[in-house]
Amino acid sequence: MCDTCGCSTEGGAVLRKPGQSDYHVHVSDGEHGHTHTHDEHHTHDIGHHHQEGTSRKVVIEQDVLQKNNLLAERNRGYFEARNIFALNFLSSPGSGKTSLLEKIIPPLHQRIPVAVIEGDQQTTNDAERIQALGVPVIQINTGSGCHLDAAMVNRAFKELDLQDNSLLCIENVGNLVCPALFDLGEALKVVIISVTEGDDKPLKYPTMFHEADLCILNKIDLLPYVDFDVSKCRENAMRVNHHLEWFELSAKTGEGLAAWQQWLEDKLAQH
Amino acid sequence: MHELSIALSIVEAVELKAQEEGGGKISGIDLVIGKLAGIVPESLRFCFSAASKGTLAEDAVLAIEEPEGVGECGECGMKFPVTFYYAECPECRSLRIKIISGEEFSIQSMTIEEGEES
Repeated sequence: MCDTCGCSTEGGAVLRKPGQSDYHVHVSDGEHGHTHTHDEHHTHDIGHHHQEGTSRKVVIEQDVLQKNNLLAERNRGYFEARNIFALNFLSSPGSGKTSLLEKIIPPLHQRIPVAVIEGDQQTTNDAERIQALGVPVIQINTGSGCHLDAAMVNRAFKELDLQDNSLLCIENVGNLVCPALFDLGEALKVVIISVTEGDDKPLKYPTMFHEADLCILNKIDLLPYVDFDVSKCRENAMRVNHHLEWFELSAKTGEGLAAWQQWLEDKLAQH
Repeated sequence: MHELSIALSIVEAVELKAQEEGGGKISGIDLVIGKLAGIVPESLRFCFSAASKGTLAEDAVLAIEEPEGVGECGECGMKFPVTFYYAECPECRSLRIKIISGEEFSIQSMTIEEGEES
């Protein structure tokens, strides 16, 4: 149950803004509703009747994720029309997605508008960190959900007042499994791993690395203290995805950050 | 647990279709889930029973076909079975493999019950 308005948030995400405790929007408000909502009257009285007669096969041939994929394409079209470069940041919890955004946004947003969508199960902690940078941010709290989907992002960017020719960073829920399957309409997927994780991570969670466009290895300042083989990790990632672009950096010390910043600037210029 | 939101989208899709087709109860759903699709069929079955409660698909039996992964070599064109996203061509040892089957994830058809109620 939603703790603000008391309505059911089972399976539904809520948008929040940092510092505005009275602001909250349910993603399903005014959007698609499931046909089995609580106010639906049941037309079939199970147990009182039993059906006799024939059964009939109906051909569907529809991709299970079709609805999400179609909405993601609508998002993509919207972003393209307004020349908004949207990046979907994916990683395990604690790999440094928010820290990386805190590093790259300040030098960028002097010249180009930046907006951020933050995804977490609960709290506006990450959105507060981004808001401190002075850029528009909205938090999606997925509740029990383990990933962002295209409908949540669609609803979120409508609340954000995006500008033309801008950068939109979408920080997904920290999870290396589920978000891989849900297209949000982004231009590119960025997967982040840190050296405190295992160098076999790309092999253990291949779907994510298979779907990603680039991989950032974060926290390289900790390499002397951990048992992490960078070249092995890179090789594992490349085996799963030959087209993966690869960067090594430390969001904390700034080491290696310039190369990725340059990549981002180039992409924004080409976009 | 992305299987739960996936189960919900399956229920939503088949219920919509069943209503278009006259609103009969759904007794069976045929799904194709490739071995490389990133979906665990057992987990999906578990979530489906929760997701379909109170809907036309409540009693539907899931029939799941699981096609094997097939890769195609980008160098020599050889097609061969794969169990993972990376593979080596058994013919020319190339690693430039494109997955051509095994990532399917679709609702093929469903069975609707119709006829007179007694």
